[in-house]
Amino acid sequence: MDDVLSTPGRVLVTKIGLDGHDRGSRIVAAFLRDAGMEVIYTPPWQSIDAVVALARQEDVDVIGLSTLATDHLIIPDLMDALQEAGLEDVKVVVGGIVPNPEHDMLHDAGVAAIFGPGAAREAIVDSVGQLAATAREAKFESLGG
Amino acid sequence: MTATAEQLALPGFDEQLADWRLAYKSQIGEDRQVRNRSGLDVKPLYTPADWTGDRYLDDLGFPGTAPYTRGIYPTMHRGRTWSQRQLIGLGTPTDYNARVRDMIDAGTSAISLIPCNSVFRGNDCDEVPAALLGTCGTVVNTLDHMDSALDGVSLADISTAMNDPSPFTLLAFVLGLARRRGVSWDKITGTSNQSDYISHFVANHMFYRLSLPGSRRVLTDHIAFCREHVPNWNPLSVVGQHMQQAGATPAETMGLTLSSAVQYAEDCIAAGMDPDTVLPRFTFFFDVSISFFEEVAKFRAGRRIWARLTKDRLGARDPRSWRFKFHGQTSGADLTAQQPMNNIARVTAQAMAGIFGGLQSLHTDAYDEAISTPTKEAAVIAVATQNMLREEAHLCDVIDPLGGSYYVEALTDQMEAEIEAIIDRIEQAGGMYKAVESGQVQTMVGRSALTFQQRVDRGEEKIVGVNCYTGDNDLVEPPPPYRPNAESMEAHVAAFADYKAERSQATVEAALGNLARAANDATDNVFGRVVEAAEAGVTHGEIVACLRQELGMGEPLIVA
Repeated sequence: MDDVLSTPGRVLVTKIGLDGHDRGSRIVAAFLRDAGMEVIYTPPWQSIDAVVALARQEDVDVIGLSTLATDHLIIPDLMDALQEAGLEDVKVVVGGIVPNPEHDMLHDAGVAAIFGPGAAREAIVDSVGQLAATAREAKFESLGG
Repeated sequence: MTATAEQLALPGFDEQLADWRLAYKSQIGEDRQVRNRSGLDVKPLYTPADWTGDRYLDDLGFPGTAPYTRGIYPTMHRGRTWSQRQLIGLGTPTDYNARVRDMIDAGTSAISLIPCNSVFRGNDCDEVPAALLGTCGTVVNTLDHMDSALDGVSLADISTAMNDPSPFTLLAFVLGLARRRGVSWDKITGTSNQSDYISHFVANHMFYRLSLPGSRRVLTDHIAFCREHVPNWNPLSVVGQHMQQAGATPAETMGLTLSSAVQYAEDCIAAGMDPDTVLPRFTFFFDVSISFFEEVAKFRAGRRIWARLTKDRLGARDPRSWRFKFHGQTSGADLTAQQPMNNIARVTAQAMAGIFGGLQSLHTDAYDEAISTPTKEAAVIAVATQNMLREEAHLCDVIDPLGGSYYVEALTDQMEAEIEAIIDRIEQAGGMYKAVESGQVQTMVGRSALTFQQRVDRGEEKIVGVNCYTGDNDLVEPPPPYRPNAESMEAHVAAFADYKAERSQATVEAALGNLARAANDATDNVFGRVVEAAEAGVTHGEIVACLRQELGMGEPLIVA
């Protein structure tokens, strides 16, 4: 069990919706990798189904979604799809531009953390690392560990 | 290049410069290294030793004559101020129309149309999640939509910039609309703002729809078609803005953009077009960052290099082909979501850099642009900023007012050398098309983005409210984001379904058949068939889907 829980997190960094600006997601992917995590990176414009399928295939602990141009408005649909696929233990974090009045909508849908502009790199790494550990533990327990 | 006192004919210069150096060193102690965003070292003082002016006629000359360092027209802003061309795009065509009329009332002299991200992706409104419609641009899918969007706007009098990537459906709708309103196509002025497909593949923005070779074919046809039928339209805007927003340094941006322009010109020449019949309609579109002097030097150097490239390399003989015409947009990447009102001050400094850089038209960002599509109040302040710079600060009174500054001239020379080195690198890689196909350009830009972020993280680049002076970040609550009215968007989508059901399917099929055949026939003009399809009632999404089928889908070229 120690081995399972002490492996660095597996993180899927991706973008759903219609926008392709990926400067931010590429930078975050690079520094999560520098922090020792296993990062699966996709091009932008992924469908919700594709993200769910990839999350399952790659057994990721955390999904990091970059959103800059209102694509966060469909994140609740992704959360529903993860739930339906039985991937409720996978943690979802969002980075980019989410206007303050719309934070609650994402938290209510089950998003674990939102990182806005200027979020410190350490804060993102720490949070993703902790969420990955929590996700691993939950998955391990649900397997009867 | 440094000059001696003798060459400068300034007896005593060397001694006094040495005295100043001594005084400077004794007071400052350990001097810090200052580098601009392009990585060039910046000295604490520039003097005639750095720029003597002895090459004035070769390197600068006068406004309106090659190499155009001081501006591309003899009168520049004193004769005709820059166009105030705000990017506008939101909601339904009716919402757009209301905003455009407000902006014209506020003093904007040229308009633009930013379509919804769904349109950028090549889709109609019935193909994407409804929640995303109209949040970042206008949902324009048909000629009728364009008619509503431009209701009351005189096509013969107002210049329109269409943010319209290949296959240029928005321009096709405008041309169809012109015919409907009885306006002849030679009266239509404006620019196809997103025709630079190479920049889309580099920056991975939302714009690309067709494969790299497919985009190449359609652009060359588009330029040929406009040359013949819409002679006052600029079919190409080479978009440095994408490169810089994606992370390229100012020098890299200019080098890559000029390399793209050369590629496009050479593609036209290879297709049998005389360079002097296309180059006068080439335009550029750049980011203006807050790195003030660097931006001024970037534009001055860019003008000089383009004059040389068009003449020496592309063989253009008409001076109109040598002129580097550009639109500037204040850089959104410099804006912060923290303390958003601060962006008004940032935009002012950026706009000044663009104006001193000699731009032909300017978009000033609204202060809330780091958060959402601009609200009306913020959009009006952005236009007012330009009015104040022109009317109150008198920035139009003197041509190239920073010309002759030892620093600006030395920096222009340095930036020029740096830009040329990048152009050479791309040349060695086989030209811009090949360098993008291989991913070399994407790697360059990605590295620069990472380097800049590391500098911000280390505090070497300071950003107020981000990595310094963060104390007041909670002082101002950001304005609520712009969101389109859900009911009117729903009605728009429902009306679109009715439209599709009611039009003549046979006419649509025939137009799509012709379009598909043209895509496979090198002697036909694909864009001409796009215009026919638009007039036959075919929708944007249908046109893009047909060409994707025939010419290949645009896919991201991701490089680690």
